[in-house]
Amino acid sequence: MNLNSVFRVTGSALNAQSVQMEMISSNLANARIVAGSEAAAYKAVRPVFASILDSNMNSGFNSNSGQSRGGVRVDRFAYSEAPIEKQRMPENPMADAEGYVYLSNVNVVEEMAYMMQASRAYQANIEVMNTSRQLIASTLNLGNR
Amino acid sequence: MNLIDKALGIHPQALSLRSQRSAVLASNIANSSTPGYLARDYDFRTALSQASNGSTIRLEATRSSHLQSDNSEGDFQLMYRLPTRAASHNTVESEVEQAAFAENALRYQASLMFLSRSVSGLRQVIRGE
Repeated sequence: MNLNSVFRVTGSALNAQSVQMEMISSNLANARIVAGSEAAAYKAVRPVFASILDSNMNSGFNSNSGQSRGGVRVDRFAYSEAPIEKQRMPENPMADAEGYVYLSNVNVVEEMAYMMQASRAYQANIEVMNTSRQLIASTLNLGNR
Repeated sequence: MNLIDKALGIHPQALSLRSQRSAVLASNIANSSTPGYLARDYDFRTALSQASNGSTIRLEATRSSHLQSDNSEGDFQLMYRLPTRAASHNTVESEVEQAAFAENALRYQASLMFLSRSVSGLRQVIRGE
């Protein structure tokens, strides 16, 4: 576990955060979509992260609580449980027999907040990567005058 | 401990520990939005004194079939960070981790600086300049 493994760890985090961004953009894009039934309505989706258990990162550490943890991965996708709103709109071609359409349960404000969080996390990881790169570069120069 | 090791002092071990610590802190930052993740770190002072004294506890191989323990870099405990505020699901505090990472990088550079001065000093002695 050394500076080189930093790239593996932050790389996995960058990937996870970009998946998060992708989900957020999909949610925002589908925020105003209507559907003909409650089951078909768009539901906001969000990735759930889990840390990667890495046995290679254990060397040198006597961790008394099992394995060390390294990077992060997308474990699964969670769909929002928020109630689906229905609107009476008989002129809409998507409307059901009673003239109702079903809106998505995306909360735009919430999505914006998640977007800020994801972009902050992405920036923090980029910063870690840049710093490590500089450290490795100056270590390679050790002994040169 | 030979002469060159003496001249370099504690900095080679410090450098190695600093780079391992930066990996630990990087994985804390990477997991800042992982549910249930507990931030980890280790006590640098204890780890360094263990590494420099060579006082690591090793498994004794009493038979030829026993595996040798390869913890030559020192055996230290990775501990959990105590959160400064009540945490419900994740104890990573991004600001704390980023500050710790920056400090660690700075100290890495300091050790590197000392090492590089020692190396150029040794080189001068060898050349007899």
